[in-house]
Amino acid sequence: MATPSGSGGALAPPTVSPATPAEVAEQLAGGGRVRPVGGGTKLAWGAPGIAPDRELSTAGLDRIVAHNDGDLTAVLEAGVPIARAQAAFALHGQRLTLDPPDGGGAATIGGILATGDSGPLRHRFGGPRDLILGVRIALPDGTVARAGSDVIKNVAGYDLAKLMCGGLGTLGVICEATVRLHPVAEATITVQAHAHDPGSLCAAARRLARHPLELESLDLRWDGPEDGGLLLARAVGRTVERSVRSLRDVLAAAGLESDQIEDDDELWAQQRDRQRAAPGGAVVRVSGLPADLERILRAAPSAVGRPALGLVWVRLQPDPGALAELRRAVHPAACVLLDAPEQLRAEVDVWGVGPGTELDLLRRVKQSFDPAGVCNAGRYAGGI
Amino acid sequence: MGQVDITHAELPVAVTPDTLPVDELAARLRAICGPEHVLTHPHDLRTYQSDGLLHYHVVPPVAVLPGCAEEVRGVVAACHELRIPWVARGSGSGLSGGALPIADGVLIVLSRMRRVLEVDLVNQRVVVEPGVTNIAVAHAVAPDFVYPPDPSSQIVCSIGGNVAENSGGAHCFKYGFTTNYVTGLEVVLPDGGVVELGGKALDAPGYDLLGAFVGSEGTLGVATRITLRVIPAPEAVKTLVAFFADVQDAGRAVSAIVAAGLVPAAIEMMDALAIHASEQMAHAGWPTDAGAALLVELDGSAAECHERFGELEGLCLAAQATGVRVAQTEAERAVFWKMRKSAFPAAGRISPHYFVQDGVIPRTRLPEVLGRIEALGVEFGLRVANVFHAGDGNLHPLVCYDGNTPGEAARAEELSGLILEACLQAGGSITGEHGVGVDKLAYMGRMFAPEDLAAFRRLRLAFDPDGLANPGKAIPTPRLCGEVPGPYRIHPLEAAGLAERF
Repeated sequence: MATPSGSGGALAPPTVSPATPAEVAEQLAGGGRVRPVGGGTKLAWGAPGIAPDRELSTAGLDRIVAHNDGDLTAVLEAGVPIARAQAAFALHGQRLTLDPPDGGGAATIGGILATGDSGPLRHRFGGPRDLILGVRIALPDGTVARAGSDVIKNVAGYDLAKLMCGGLGTLGVICEATVRLHPVAEATITVQAHAHDPGSLCAAARRLARHPLELESLDLRWDGPEDGGLLLARAVGRTVERSVRSLRDVLAAAGLESDQIEDDDELWAQQRDRQRAAPGGAVVRVSGLPADLERILRAAPSAVGRPALGLVWVRLQPDPGALAELRRAVHPAACVLLDAPEQLRAEVDVWGVGPGTELDLLRRVKQSFDPAGVCNAGRYAGGI
Repeated sequence: MGQVDITHAELPVAVTPDTLPVDELAARLRAICGPEHVLTHPHDLRTYQSDGLLHYHVVPPVAVLPGCAEEVRGVVAACHELRIPWVARGSGSGLSGGALPIADGVLIVLSRMRRVLEVDLVNQRVVVEPGVTNIAVAHAVAPDFVYPPDPSSQIVCSIGGNVAENSGGAHCFKYGFTTNYVTGLEVVLPDGGVVELGGKALDAPGYDLLGAFVGSEGTLGVATRITLRVIPAPEAVKTLVAFFADVQDAGRAVSAIVAAGLVPAAIEMMDALAIHASEQMAHAGWPTDAGAALLVELDGSAAECHERFGELEGLCLAAQATGVRVAQTEAERAVFWKMRKSAFPAAGRISPHYFVQDGVIPRTRLPEVLGRIEALGVEFGLRVANVFHAGDGNLHPLVCYDGNTPGEAARAEELSGLILEACLQAGGSITGEHGVGVDKLAYMGRMFAPEDLAAFRRLRLAFDPDGLANPGKAIPTPRLCGEVPGPYRIHPLEAAGLAERF
């Protein structure tokens, strides 16, 4: 059982560990505030919020309910560690194309969905919202509701599965999810190019992003003007060698020298790790556009990004001034503070959603699902 | 703050047809949109009495055709002030009655709003008004980029309608649905407020209301500006059609293709009757004795596409294909697709009337469910043509009947309902892309438990507490509120004792 971190030295609340969705719903309806916990790897996300009366662990919901390999779908309980699910799928040559940093194997399906977390595979396969087909959720009114379906195409009912992805468990608790799977990647080769100047790095990234090669991942890494940055393109398939030649031609045309790395797993593990804060530091997710990348990199001491998606994870000193400066420099791109020391999260607006019609609507959604503020109170946008 | 008892909460609508202040309302709408864009004469209104599902029709008392987002906002705000419900309509090509007017409200027709506002290919985005057609988006970004969702009606259907219905198409198996391509929406909420959900960038902070709005069938608001993601056009596309003795063999070929790790851009199947019908429109010269045809398209890098296409042909032959044709030219590929896309209209050549069904099953249950449909056809003495997106398990059985033969329409409707029942029993869904609308409202309680429907209503209440946006569609309201406008008809599942309204 993981222990909560970032609780500022306060006594940890008692933990309950329900074994069924109905028991989860009972806990939510049983009075008091609840903080859902999966593997405990992202508890330092969101505003510190109001101290919960108890933690609700999903460790008891740990079944791989179904792996329908012929249909490329799986039904997973929320507490299943993603590493365990991937090992099961791999036996059939399949995978869930979500590869966020997984905290050494502790991260659970429920936690990844609730935080909307993703990794380099998002370039080709999308994020949690794009891979979830159905969901079973426990709600604060004590009911268990299902939305979506177990098949890969369905338009009946509201898509509450997407609503839950990235909702940080503030509307209810994800108990079970149906996800879409893909075949495992055949041989991969990563092409790597270095540049000191963010301008040429981003220009090359834009060329690769519009090249009709089906890359597994397209990432960049930035270490500041001294060390410069890397562009990483991971080619895949039966004809991977040819794709690599083509990629290197594009990079050469963009004025960058490149090399190729066949044993590339470690390289991509590093990319994932750098979506997290350095020890004692902070990390901010910037929602930019491909055309904004250069400006974002110039404002970032250190970062990794998905250039075709415009998403960048910037590592910062845990200092309100550094966050304010970044927000000013990349405006109007949204900046969400992800993992960071509790003191910083208490001092700043973690989410950056200002007053207005959108925040009113977010509040109405919260009010409709969780009127008494049972679930993760105070941790979400606008103090939700 | 107390809990809302949502299970029994009625969405209140204060106005009935008798008390609808049509004159006052029309005057308000004329002031907002101009007199020529407000219709109140029954002759003008009849144009809008149905969407693509012609057996439901309601003449609305007023239709308004706003020309811009600000006019939409004005119309919705006026309706909110007068507590008058409304229905938004795009091109009216939907197949579930989602844009069916209501007798006591306003029809907001968005077909004048057809400007492509921005084409931003550096960021791979297109920004459009809701009345822009699906094909117009494709044209705006061609030839270097594509917009993957491609419903068969793409020449006429509007992006606003696609957003409301989360439209699919033939290429979803690889590329996904409308919801995977909408990154931003400007929405007029039912209280007249305007909100931006998402934008050009991904991962806006806060709940994924964009994901909740797409596919909500016009019950949460009106999208007035839509930002779409487009992708680089594939370097190569290769298409084949394989013929089989029966649909079971073709179904096994689909399983073999998927098991080999191939992810085709499209895998479409047609049975003998569908081939026969389409041949009369598209004249592809396919073998008339084929029991099933499988249209498979691979795309991607030229080298990869070429490499894996040989494997695909081998898999079809190994699954007992009686013949394989590879499209040698773009013209030939177009004919293959014409065969598939003309299947719905072509059914009109072989039968006076037909119902188009839309159900989904796990792909591995295909042979079994097709067998069940065939048995039902025999039992009911009706012909059922099958066309479907085989990769997704999305079936479109066409139930053929003659409405002039007494009782046959009712039998066909009953058969159509039993096909959905078979889909649910196989662990599937009552609709893969046509939507619930009014047509499948009564089936929602077969697919979802009361707690599920109550959770849907919680979302609805957050957006539309007064129940003014497209009432009576998509999500059943408790008890008798699931009834549709217009003449009540006993649903086949009710008649069969399988379902009841709630």
